[in-house]
This record gives sequence, structure tokens and C-alpha cells, in this order.
Amino acid sequence: MGKKYWQHFAEINDPENLDKFSKDEFADELPFESFDAGVLTDAKAPRRDFLKYLGFSTAAAALASCKMPVRKAIPYANKPDNIIPGVAKYYATTFVQEGEVLPVLAKVREGRPIKIEGNEKYLLSGGGTSARAQASVLDLYDLYRIKYPQQKVKDKFEEIPTFEQADKLIADAIKAAGGETVLLTSTIVSPTARAIISSYPGLRHVQYDAISYSGMLLANEACGFGKKIPFYRFDNAKVIVSIGADFLGTWLAPVEFARGYAQGRKIQDEKNPDMSRHYQFESFLSLTGCSADIRATHRPSETGWVAVSLLNAVNGTQSPSLLSDKKLEETLKKAAADLLANKGKALVVCGSNDKNVQIVVNAINQAIGAYGTTIDWSTPINTRQGLDADMEALIADMEQGKIGTLMIYGANPAYTYFNSERFKKALERVKVKISFSEKMDETTSLCQFIVPTHHYLESWGDAEPYAGCISFIQPTIYPLFKTRHYLSSLLKWSGNNKDYETYFREYWISKLGSEEELNKALQDGVKINPSASGSSGSFNGSSVSQAVAAISSIKPATGDELVLYQKVSIGAGAGATNPWLQELPDPVSKATWDNYAMISVKKAEELGIKLDINYEYYPHKPVIRLKAGNKEVELPVLVFPGMNANTIAVALGYGRQETLGATASGVGKNMFPFTSSNGETISYHAAGIQIELLDKKYKIAQTQKHNSYENRKEVVRETTLASFKKHPNVIPEFSKELKEAFYEKSKGDFRSHATLYPDPDTRQNEIHWGMSIDMNACVGCGACVIACHAENNVPVVGKSEVMRYHDMHWLRIDRYFVSDDKNPDDLKAVVFQPMMCQHCDNAPCENVCPVAATNHSQEGINQMTYNRCIGTRYCANNCPYKVRRFNWADYTGADSFPDNQDQKLIGKLDPAVHQMNDALSRMVLNPDVTVRSRGVIEKCSFCIQRIQEVKLKAKKENRKLHPDEVKTACQTACPTQAIVFGNDADKNSQVSKVRAANALRSYHVLEQLHVLPNVTYIAKIRNTEEEDHHWAEGHEEPQHADHGNKNQQHQHEGH
Amino acid sequence: MLNSKFLENKKKLNRLFFYGVPDLLLQRTPGIYPHFELLQPMIPCNAILRLSFLYISITFSVFILHAQDGKQLFSTKCASCHNIFKDLTGPKLGGVLEKEKYGGDPKKTYEWIRNSTSLVNSDPYYSALKNQWGSVMTAFPDLKDAEIDAIWDYINKTYAAGNKPKPAGDDTAKDDLKKANQNSVIFGIITLILAIIALILAYVNSNLKKMSDDAEGIIRPEPVPFYKNKFYIALLSVLLFVVGGYLLAKGAIGLGRQTNYQPEQPIYYSHKVHAGINQINCLYCHSSAWESKHASIPSVNVCMNCHKAIQAYEKGPEIIDENGNKIDGTAEIQKLYKYAGFDPKNAAKWDPSKAKPIEWVRIHNLPDHVYFNHAQHVRVGKIQCQTCHGEITNMHEVKQVSELSMGWCINCHRQTKVDFNYSEGKGNQFYSIYEKFHNEIKKGKMDSITVSHIGGLECQKCHY
Repeated sequence: MGKKYWQHFAEINDPENLDKFSKDEFADELPFESFDAGVLTDAKAPRRDFLKYLGFSTAAAALASCKMPVRKAIPYANKPDNIIPGVAKYYATTFVQEGEVLPVLAKVREGRPIKIEGNEKYLLSGGGTSARAQASVLDLYDLYRIKYPQQKVKDKFEEIPTFEQADKLIADAIKAAGGETVLLTSTIVSPTARAIISSYPGLRHVQYDAISYSGMLLANEACGFGKKIPFYRFDNAKVIVSIGADFLGTWLAPVEFARGYAQGRKIQDEKNPDMSRHYQFESFLSLTGCSADIRATHRPSETGWVAVSLLNAVNGTQSPSLLSDKKLEETLKKAAADLLANKGKALVVCGSNDKNVQIVVNAINQAIGAYGTTIDWSTPINTRQGLDADMEALIADMEQGKIGTLMIYGANPAYTYFNSERFKKALERVKVKISFSEKMDETTSLCQFIVPTHHYLESWGDAEPYAGCISFIQPTIYPLFKTRHYLSSLLKWSGNNKDYETYFREYWISKLGSEEELNKALQDGVKINPSASGSSGSFNGSSVSQAVAAISSIKPATGDELVLYQKVSIGAGAGATNPWLQELPDPVSKATWDNYAMISVKKAEELGIKLDINYEYYPHKPVIRLKAGNKEVELPVLVFPGMNANTIAVALGYGRQETLGATASGVGKNMFPFTSSNGETISYHAAGIQIELLDKKYKIAQTQKHNSYENRKEVVRETTLASFKKHPNVIPEFSKELKEAFYEKSKGDFRSHATLYPDPDTRQNEIHWGMSIDMNACVGCGACVIACHAENNVPVVGKSEVMRYHDMHWLRIDRYFVSDDKNPDDLKAVVFQPMMCQHCDNAPCENVCPVAATNHSQEGINQMTYNRCIGTRYCANNCPYKVRRFNWADYTGADSFPDNQDQKLIGKLDPAVHQMNDALSRMVLNPDVTVRSRGVIEKCSFCIQRIQEVKLKAKKENRKLHPDEVKTACQTACPTQAIVFGNDADKNSQVSKVRAANALRSYHVLEQLHVLPNVTYIAKIRNTEEEDHHWAEGHEEPQHADHGNKNQQHQHEGH
Repeated sequence: MLNSKFLENKKKLNRLFFYGVPDLLLQRTPGIYPHFELLQPMIPCNAILRLSFLYISITFSVFILHAQDGKQLFSTKCASCHNIFKDLTGPKLGGVLEKEKYGGDPKKTYEWIRNSTSLVNSDPYYSALKNQWGSVMTAFPDLKDAEIDAIWDYINKTYAAGNKPKPAGDDTAKDDLKKANQNSVIFGIITLILAIIALILAYVNSNLKKMSDDAEGIIRPEPVPFYKNKFYIALLSVLLFVVGGYLLAKGAIGLGRQTNYQPEQPIYYSHKVHAGINQINCLYCHSSAWESKHASIPSVNVCMNCHKAIQAYEKGPEIIDENGNKIDGTAEIQKLYKYAGFDPKNAAKWDPSKAKPIEWVRIHNLPDHVYFNHAQHVRVGKIQCQTCHGEITNMHEVKQVSELSMGWCINCHRQTKVDFNYSEGKGNQFYSIYEKFHNEIKKGKMDSITVSHIGGLECQKCHY
């Protein structure tokens, strides 16, 4: 038995066939026509025709280029003083979506926002962002936004020409309707919005969150803290136990939590290594579970029992075991022991929406001294306040016809409510229905009036993500469409004639003291008011025994269970309309453009799904029918290790209606109908599920197997803390051995051996760019991938093209499972490895390019010149890291020939690709980066445009370059600061310091190939006592350069 | 000798075929950067020359500000509204100090320059000025006493000398070019004459030979006429192939290039009148060239800064366009007013927000895959605008002078020296990190640093 790093089951179950299949570049047969004798002239494209077309197109191209088009240059009529064309400005604002509130900066070029950056003044994120915050700038330019106020006339929406008319129509309608007026929103975090809503005469305000945290709110109330959610300080925790909380991906405030978490996960002192320990108890393999040191799975229905068992173990109470699984029991005991050993430095979080479970979790936190240390009650989180009971009451009132007017902002119950049919019926009884939605979502299309609100990048506003922290929103662009801030509408209808901007200014000037103070706050983006934070509260354990009793009385479930989760990209559905997010491979499954049923290896065996090469290699996946009560759905299946045997996990947020646009419609299945209510709170799991394998296949576009390393080692370096302590020098020794082997051959000249280029050491060496990626800190959230998309104009290719291995991500995050090579289901760890161009100083891609379109710069960058590339793809074939991307089709519409996108041979591109090429969507493009046309290779450039910009800035200011001045897009986006970039020739740069501080774990991927990459990775350490023999053996016999060459040749023969 | 000549020729050829290849015939011909550097001759370092240069610069740096700085200050701060010899938006500045108000003392002008508005309100002399010129002078609160003195120093000296400064421009370069052109014409003519003489001689020779053969009675076959001579035909076809191929390649390379492109613009805007005769600094209108990648065309409000006051073209010389037509400058200013929505008779009521942008025709077009930054060249590289845009000060309507090809860019990057900080406190501090070059200069191995030394020929300097 040995440890194995693997990406899909075929590597373990069917290695011979996999090797054979990996030789082909693509899974599909290539559409070559047969060359039988005599049929050449009858072929679809005979040679003569081909030559005719060739001649004609050459002549046409030559003729076309003889006449240059007349281009206009239109300056401003009155240039605003603060705009210099070509120079970007950054404005502080706040991303607010589906309960995620994140202070950000918007990069604005010539008046259009094109990129989101984190706000470093917001210390809790430290400038980090999430994938959805990064992608939000594309939502601004969404073709399918609602462009003007509308009213429904005979089931069809018609434009209302002016807002005045709309105001009059609506005022009359509200008056005529009588009854109660209700504003239904998602959680309101804006202080001004709260003030406006409360001053609206007779308005009832109901907050409803698509993903409910009612259980927590009620539990905290029962424990004496009030209906609030505290702030969790993961940075203070030495031991973290999560019971199904995806706190690194989607739970509460993932960016802030991930940053705090990473501080404890990074090893500060390698000589004396220490890091926090993370236990995860969950039913399926979640993003957060992937980062855990110790994981145990349980049935979703057992969540309460897990919490109670942990409480008992922490309290030392002897009680009959409720759990059947031995391993689970043992892990819980171990976790309890660790929690107790680290009192005051321990934290338990739980993702359940059940009040009783959360009360038990609170009791555990009280027992381990978490309150006041790792749980901060002085700054409660405001982003989730919706109570399921309020919504229930509202629907009951609607059904009884008590509600005359329903205004809806930020909520979409017709899609997200567990009993959406009931909601829709109840909605019919409401006389006046007004939606403020930006998009034609499921609820909005049932409304009668639509008064669309602005995108956050177009509007004023404020948000209070946690008590005492105000984050401001300011417009970065004039509203693109005829929209109005929903608060302006509310102000108007409540009889206040101020517009929201005036109200906002007056409100904050009076709060902050002066206009200067407000302007300063707007400039900074965030304003912390320490005195505004609340009291810390104290724990009241009176409800615990009742909660324990309630949980213990639940009977164990049998059969299969369903758990519904959110993806980092789509969330509860807000990301579904965003092409970047749809194409972001899910961190765990690496699947794009779909939701699917995640099932366990055992369940696959039961269903008779063979995990062989046929399952893994082709996109066609088996389909199951999933039944719960009277609801059923057909879903494709993906099999994962480390799942609870009887749990099936499916993502929410898919299966949207057509009006939301080409990107969202027809993608995945809606799983909200499978959520349920226990009378008090909504639950996101279900027992008593029946599944049935259908005789059907469905294609899923997964990216993980696209790039094969052809069994080369070592790509991933990972071990346990115990093994690392015992054998700290494994990596440096490996490196040393390699070097010595080279020294013999290259007569002592290690670096310059085997290169066609001038000796790298003779290049000027004052600036040399390098990157370090800490795999201990990387949680796989995907923010960097989207940041790279936005910064570098990386095209969206659509599902059909991803399936053909044509995905264009410059930066991908490889996911590796770690297990025994015999027992893949016994998942030990998951490693995320962000992989991009390694900018090798001895790059194998450079010397195979016949036209020198890719070559090396003095500053250590592997340059790619699109306009010189003729598309031989030799470089991509010779790249050991498989990071070069080829434009197989005209994804961007940048070709010189119009209408070149849908072709017979290429096939039709997906509608989402065309949406990205619309003039409106193209406004998001970064004007400093070439939009690549068909037939050229592209890849990570280390954000060369940023490097050039910063160098020019230094020159303009007549000063030296600061070592950490240049920051790549992936680096600034990363919430855990796992990616560090800088001038590694300067010993004072952060990248040099990080490499020096982590010298025992820093390594190059495939170092033995001697390609001298400029990206170093820091090996991942799991905090367990387990002995890792694979690591202790050190490694396999170091492979020398000629071994690598052999491999390369091997690869060439394959093609 | 032969060797070096060979290298020189090879270099030319290389440039032609490697760097001259244009957009269409796809920028895909190989050109690997380090090769040509090896062929570049080192410029010998003349230590004495450098020492004397150092001496001179030290001597001059003692005078903190002198007329030379005054000239620069004048052109950046004053020249957009004032001329030394004649009235523009503001009065001519030559001889202003001699007026009674100042009595030749520049100190009395300090307050006016730094805070003109307050003087207009308090001093009748200045309020009279305002009435005479229609507007108050822009204040320059940042200008120091010494700087104002330097400006006056420059104005007085120039005025006393009475020589109107020549429009800034690279005259020597143009002269060189002219000379080179003349030379090649002369060489061509000489070659042609020599070739004809050679032909005649050859003919005479063969005739003489024939005569002597006839005299001696040797019978030879009748000579083949030259048009049937296989040697001549072969020679001719090779020549045709070479010349034709050259012309074809050149034509193909030239596709998409727009040298001498001079489109008709919506307003006959004369750069000669503005930048040449009236000496307005380029950066006054194209201000973002200092900060940004775009030089940018000024917005209507920038035009109106001056043209609110200058409503007619009266004092300048006649404007004659390329076709010999007379251009009425005043009518062109009226066109501007139309865009600006400005009524000269009702100037006070003008609402700038009603202005409409002018749709100029873009002359200098780079392909999308080229990144060019004006600030890098103008501000950091201290390149004169005229280096690439030609003698703008002599053009009425602008035409493209340079071919804007890659070979053209690369050549300049090879030859242009960067503002390297050869010694402490000199040049751009950014370059102080290049230790290796500093050492080589110290050792005398290198004389100067060109753009190509610091990576100026690398692909991703311009393509990303």
C-alpha cells in the first residue's frame, strides 16, 4: 500500500487504459475523412476546391487590407478634470449580493468599471475577494438586465415611458388595492435603507434569505445573545471543528473567515512547525472539507447526534452512543480532546439550520471557552437576519388576502422558497405586486410592476456587514439603463421628495459631522466605529438540555439521504447568470456549467456504475432519477471519494428560467423544491430518498482530466505535520541530489546546462519576477481564476467547448485526492494546486516555436506574442505543465473576418459565448490587454500589463521600483494571501522572504526536468500525527534530466 | 574591412526582412532578439570627453536657474496665451517690464502672476487690463520668485536679441536626410553613366575586334544580337526576378501602412498656426501625453479656453492648403463655435455643457496588438514630439510622417539612449537598480545604455 495523489478514478482503477487514452489530445475522434483511393475528388472538400478557396481567400485578404478604414477619434466635449484617458482610477465601493457583503475597489477606465479589487483598508479581508465579487463587474454589463420600468398588460410586460408615470400608476394602484403594504427583501445591511424603510408610513418589512440562518438566530436568542450571529475569529483558533459548515466557501462571511483561517494554517516557523488543526464532520465532500486535517462523514440526519456526541465528549458525560459509525465516534472523541486541550483557542461552527443543533453547538463553544476569544459577540454579523417564521406568516397573510401591495427587493421566493408553488399561489391573491429586481427572475416575472434598481456599481449606498463597520457604496458609472435606486422609489412613494443620493448624503453628513468626513469615508470605503459595537453578552444554558433531548428523540434514518449545498460560484442562484462563474470549474468536482448528484464510491458500486476509463474519460455520465416524496428529478452522477456512503449531494442555484438570459437558462436542475421546513426552520437535507439508475447518459464538462502530467513526479508535495517534523529536509535534499547529478554532467554549471539561450546568469539580473504559492493556505475558492479572467480578457468558451478540452483558463486550480493506492474511498486529504505558466527560465516551449512567438525576457518572463503566433501548438505540446491555451475558435469575435464564429467544422458556439461578444458585455474588457483571435496560443503573462504600468509609474516619479509594488490579479484576489509575487532578485521583496522562510517546503513542480520555473510551491502540511511513509521514503529515485527528456520524447511519439 | 562591411550589409538585410515585415504578411517571421545586438559595434568611450562634459555640467549647475530654464517655464506656463513679440490671448510680453507700472523690475509682477484676481479687484491698472483683454490671467500660485525671474530673464534676452525663436524641430535630422537623398541620386546617376559607358565600350570593343578580325582575315561566326543572347536573357530574367520580388515584397510590407496619410478633418485646424507661429506648447492641448498612453485630442472646452477671446484669424500669414486653396481661418473658428454652441456676440451666455464633440479623423493608427505609451516616450524618454510626428510646427493639417512600422520602432529602440543615471543625481533614478550596467560603465566597458540594453527589443515591451 502506498500513498497516491490522484485526480480521477481511472488513475487507480484502470491505469493501463488511461495511459493509452492520454496519448490522444482529445477525447473525441477527430473529423478526418478517409483517404481511400479514388474518393479524393468526391470528398466533401476536394483538393482543387481547397486550392481555389485558398487562392481566393489570399487574394481577398490582400485586397481587403489595401483599403484602410477611416477611423474616428472623438474627444470629450468637456473633459472632466479627474479623468485622464488611458489612466485607471480606483473607487471604493461595496459588493452586496445574497448576504455576501465585501468592501471592494472598482477599477474604472474612461468611465467604465472593468475590474474589482479587494479593499485593503478593510482589515478583515486584507484586500481579498471571492469569485463572485470578482465576477460582479460582468453583471453590470449583463445583456439581460431589465432596462426600463415596466408594467404587465395582458401577461406581457410593456415599458412605462417615465418614472413619473410609473410613480403615478403605482401610487394609484396601491391606493386602490388597500390592505397592508409589505416590503419583502433579503437581509438589509444598509443603515440608510433601514431608516428609510422604518419611516415609510404603514410599511411592514419582511426579510427573507434564500439560504436561511434562522436556526442560528433562534438558537443564539435562546442562549441569551439575542437574534444575532457573532463574528468568528478563526485566526485565534488553534483547533477548529466544523460540523457541516462550509465556512471557506459559502458560509456567512467566507472571505473574512478564509483570511483568518489561513493565518493559523500558514507555518510561520519551519524549524518549529506549528499550525491550527481543522476537523470537519460532514456528509459530502465540501470545499471546506477539502482543507480539513481530519475528516469524518455522517448521514445528514445525524448532524444533531454528532453535535450532541461532541458535547457529551467535551463535557465528559457518559451517554449511550447515538452513532453507528466507529470511525466517526473515534474522531469525535479525538476532536473533543483537542478542543479541551486548547480551551480558549478552540472553535466549533455548524452549518445546520436547526435551532436545537445550534443550541448544542453553542453549549460546546461555552464549554471550550470560545466566547470572547474565538467567538466575538461585540461585532455581530448583520448579513443574515431573515427568519423563516416571518416568511411563513407573510405567506399565510397573503393567502388570506390581507396583503394589498407586495414590494420585492433582493428576494426571489418563487424560485428559492421550499414551497414555491404555495408562494406563487399566495402571490396571486396580492393585488399590487412590485419588483425592484435588476433581472427578470422567477418572482419578478410574476409581478405587475417592475421598477428596476441600479447595479451596485451604478448606485449610492452603504452597508454594515458587522456592527461598527460601515462600508460605503458609490457609483462608478452613470446608470446604463433607465433604472432607479429602489430606495429612491421607496422615498418617493412614502411621500419624501428627496432622491436617495440626497438622503444618503444628508444622513451621513449628520452622522459623521461634515461633508469632508463623508468624502474621506467614501474615499476609504470603510469606516470603523469601535464604539458602535455591541455588548459581548453571556451564555445562558437553560435551553441546552431540552435541545439535547429533542435531538436524541430523532429516530435514525435509513436508506439514502439528500444534502443540498451551494457552490462558491453560483451560490443560491445569483451567480447563475454570469458566464465567468458558470465556466469556473467547481473546486471539488472540476465540473463547469452544471449541477449533478455527488455520490459515494459505495453508492456507485451499488448502482453498478463502474469507475473505469469509460466513466472518467468521456463526458457522458450515468443519470439517476432522484425521488423524494412526490418530487423527482433526473440528474447526472459524479462519483467522489470521502462521501458518506448513503448521501447524495446536489448544488442549489441551477435550473433557472429562460428570461434570465442565455447563460442561466437550461443549465442544471432546480433543487430548491427538495428543501423542506420542519415548521420552524428550513432544512437543506432530506431523508427517505429513492434513486434509480436510468439507461441514459448526460454530458458534463469537467476540466480535471484535460491536462495530463503523464505520470511524472513530483507534482504535488504534501505530508503530515508529524512526518514533516521527523524528516524536515526531504525537499531540499531532493533538490540537492538533482543539482549534484547535474553538476557532474554540466561541469559544475548547473543553471546554464542544456539551454539554447544565452546563459541565464548573464542576463541582467536586477529585476527577476517570481511567484510563490502556499498550498497550505490555498483553499481552492477560485477567486484568482475569475480575477485572471477579468484582468486578462480570457474568453468564455461555453460548455460544448469545455467538453472538447478547449477551456481557456490561464490559471487553473488542480485538485488532487490523497489516498491509499488500493482504497481510493479512504480519503486522507485534498490538495489544491493553482497552476499557471511557470515562466521557466529554461522553458521547453520557447525553443520549439518555429517563429519565436514565445521567448524569454531579461526579467525572467516567458513572453507570448499573439501577433507572431501561427498556431502550430508545438509549445503547448512541449509544456510539461500543460498551461498553454489555444484559441480553437473565434471565441472573442476578434478575427479580421466577420461571422467567423459559427462554422461547420468548429460547430456552433454556445449562446453564452455570443453573449460575451455583445457590444455591451465587451465593455468589461481590459483595454490594456489584446483580445486574442482564433488560431493563437495564449497563457499566463504574470500580468505583464501591470508590471509595465508600475515600472512606468516609478519612472515617471523618478524613483526606484519597490520590490512588492507589482501585484498580479490572482495575488490581489486571493483571500488567504496564498499567492505572493514580486521581484525575487531583491532580497527584501516579499516573495524572497516567503521563499526563505519556507525553504524546507518550497519546491518546483517537476524540478527534475530542469526547466527552472519561476513559480515555487510550498508543500501542503496536514496537521495530524499520522506517519506518512511516502514522504519518509523521501521520494522516488530522483529522476534526472535525461529521464525527463525520455518522457518528452515519449510524449511526442504519442502525438 | 571586408568583414565589417559584410556585417553591415547583413544587418541591413536582416532589418529589411525580419523587422520590416508588416501586419498583413503576418508578423510571424522569426527575429530572435539577441542576434543583432552582437553585431552592434561598441562606441569607444572617450574618457577625456566625458570628463570635460562633466566639468561643464558642474559649472553650469551652479547657477540654479538661468535663461534656459526660463525658456522651458515660459513654454509650459506662458506660451499658450502669450508671445514675446506679439499679442495673442494675452498681451505680448517683450518690453512689458519697461512700462511705467513695473519700471523694469520683475519683482513687481510676482503678485500678479501668483494671484491675478485679487489685483484686478484692488488695482485700477489691472482692472483696466481685464477690460482691455476680456479675461483675467490664469494664476500660477506655485511659481517661485526665482522662477518668475528666470522667465523674465528669458523674455528680456529674447526680446533684446529680437530673434523670433525658430519653431522647435529637428532641422539637423532633416538636413541629414536631404543630404543622404542627394547623395544617393548622385551615386545613381554616376552608376548609370558608368554602366552606359561600359556598354558602349563593350560594343566598341567587339566592333574593333570584328574589324581587326576582318583585317586579319579570320572568319568568325556572325555575332548573336544581344536580344537573342542567352546570357543577356538570363541576366535580364534574374534582374527582373530580383527587382520584381523586391517590389512585391516591399509592396506587401507596405500594406496597411499609412505614411503620408493626411485625411480631411472636420475643421481645418492648422498646427502651423498654433504650435508653429503662436508657439503653443504641445502639452497644453495634448496634456495626457505626459501622464497616459494616449496623447489624446483636446476636448472642445480646451479649444475654447483661448478661442473665447480669439474670435478671428487676422494677424497671421495667409493659410494655403495642399491644393493651393486659401483657407479662411476665421471661418474655421466659426466651425469650432458651432460645435461648442458658442455665440461670439453673446459670449457671457455660453453654456459649455451644450458643446458637442468634434469627430476628428484619426491619423496615427496602430494595430490593436500594439501597446504604445506616450508618457513613457515623452516624459520618461524625453523624446521630442517631432521625432515621430515630424515637423508638426510646419504642417497646417497633420499628416503621418513616420511609417509606424515595427522595424521603425525597433531601430529607434536600438539607437536611443535611455536617460540613464550615469552618475549620482543625474538621469532617471529608476535605472539606478541596474548595477551591472553601472559597473560596466565605471570600468569603461560600456559607454551608454540604449533602450535595447534594458529589454527594449523584447516582445512584451509592446505586445501583450
